[in-house]
Amino acid sequence: MKVELPRYHRLRGSYYRLEGSACPACPGRYFPPRPVCPSCRTAGLRPFVFSGRGTLYSFSRVLQPPRGYASMAPYDVGMVRLEEGPLISCQLTDSERVELSIGMPVEMVVRKIRDAEEHGYIVYGYKFRPRLQKTR
Amino acid sequence: MRDVSIIGVGQTAVAEHWDRSIRDLAVEAIAAARQDAGVERVDALFVGNMLSGELAGQENLATLVADGAALLPIEALKIEAACASGGAALRAAYLAVGSGVHDFVLVVGVEKMTDYLTDGVTSALALAADADYEAAHGISFAALNALLMRRYMHEHGARHEDFAPFSVNAHANAALNPHAMYRQPITVEDFVRSPVVADPINILDSAGICDGAAALLVAPASEARRTRRAPVRIAASATATDTLGLAERRDPLVWQAVADSARRAYAQAKLAPKDIDLFELHDAFTIVSVLSLEACGFADRGSALKLAAEGRIGLKGDIPIGTLGGLKGRGHPVGASGVYQVVETVLQLRGEAGAAQVRGATIGMAQSVGGSGSVAVTHILRV
Repeated sequence: MKVELPRYHRLRGSYYRLEGSACPACPGRYFPPRPVCPSCRTAGLRPFVFSGRGTLYSFSRVLQPPRGYASMAPYDVGMVRLEEGPLISCQLTDSERVELSIGMPVEMVVRKIRDAEEHGYIVYGYKFRPRLQKTR
Repeated sequence: MRDVSIIGVGQTAVAEHWDRSIRDLAVEAIAAARQDAGVERVDALFVGNMLSGELAGQENLATLVADGAALLPIEALKIEAACASGGAALRAAYLAVGSGVHDFVLVVGVEKMTDYLTDGVTSALALAADADYEAAHGISFAALNALLMRRYMHEHGARHEDFAPFSVNAHANAALNPHAMYRQPITVEDFVRSPVVADPINILDSAGICDGAAALLVAPASEARRTRRAPVRIAASATATDTLGLAERRDPLVWQAVADSARRAYAQAKLAPKDIDLFELHDAFTIVSVLSLEACGFADRGSALKLAAEGRIGLKGDIPIGTLGGLKGRGHPVGASGVYQVVETVLQLRGEAGAAQVRGATIGMAQSVGGSGSVAVTHILRV
């Protein structure tokens, strides 16, 4: 039986808060977090929490899902250009009745990202949805 | 480094081999390559494979194959680089022979995928992506390529059907290859009507799930002159890597690892793209063919679709690709594909490609890509 609890515990910062890393020596901002800056090779990057706002870079509707995602199919996935610069690959949500288009504003929310497996652990994490307009 | 040649090739048919195991397939291809070379001696075995642990419940695969082929106690190692495992296994053999450590090295690429249903194989293939930041989010391998394809269509004003010539060409060439899996010709209409996997990617954009094994016998060029087959020299062997996650690239539509490995290969062989007579590229999805042709210098950015539309990728074109069907037409047993590409390049350069023969071919390039462009292995062969 697969037990992945430590893995998802380790990922809680990036999965729940969109925590990546920032280089102390150059303007590099990274998601997912990295140990070493790929542009200036500085080690010891610091945690950096992204705003969760961005625009849609690309998207696709998955009709043939991998194991563990069947109950959600069909579902949309995308790549999002975060307002701080990096791209992120993610699932999209609340998108069934929306005509997705490249460049549309999106925002991060926390949702269930895969079905519970034998050990009963439901994985939650970031997804992106079309950005809601503010009401009064 | 010594000059290195390929002195024997062998392959099984690519198919759904329900009555054959991963060991059976590897042993058959090895026997065919040894018979082709007419050489008894083998010093080492490198097995290119991606998924034996996941899909056959078997690691320590190289020992299983060496044992099955009655080659004990030779050195035997499995080489894994996702879908580029086959190319990487040849690279390991090239280094071993070129450095003088070994003289006669067998390379076998093998994959057994059809014991599982599609969702299991889809999950297994996603192991080539970033486990925490791609696969765990339900982003299948086809979906990653779909994200690339939609972005490419957006940036270059392309339509999905503009990608059809790649699949039409692959099936037309596969029809001429007795070892290929998909030997039925297809039309643009078939392509457009094919069921969607992850939009805009459909079934006919994608290489199919299958089983197969291909093998090579590699030796120093000095020894190769004494064998019965016309030796084919490895003029270049180069590999490069890029970020594992597709989103972490400065521009996901620039396949930098593919470009870097090709650039190094051209420099080693002292050749340019215009000198290449045929290119066995990694057409796992039509968008991969497009990005590879652009990264390797056969087309400017945004213009590979035009190359295909003008018929220049066909057997009589100026840069024939997937000449015996490619991954799309021959089939893509993932860890074996890189070795099939080299077997087919050797057949072309020896003039043994039958109805699919590219006339007068003397220089061929084979390129194996793993992940969504995160590792690339390029070989240039010549006679």
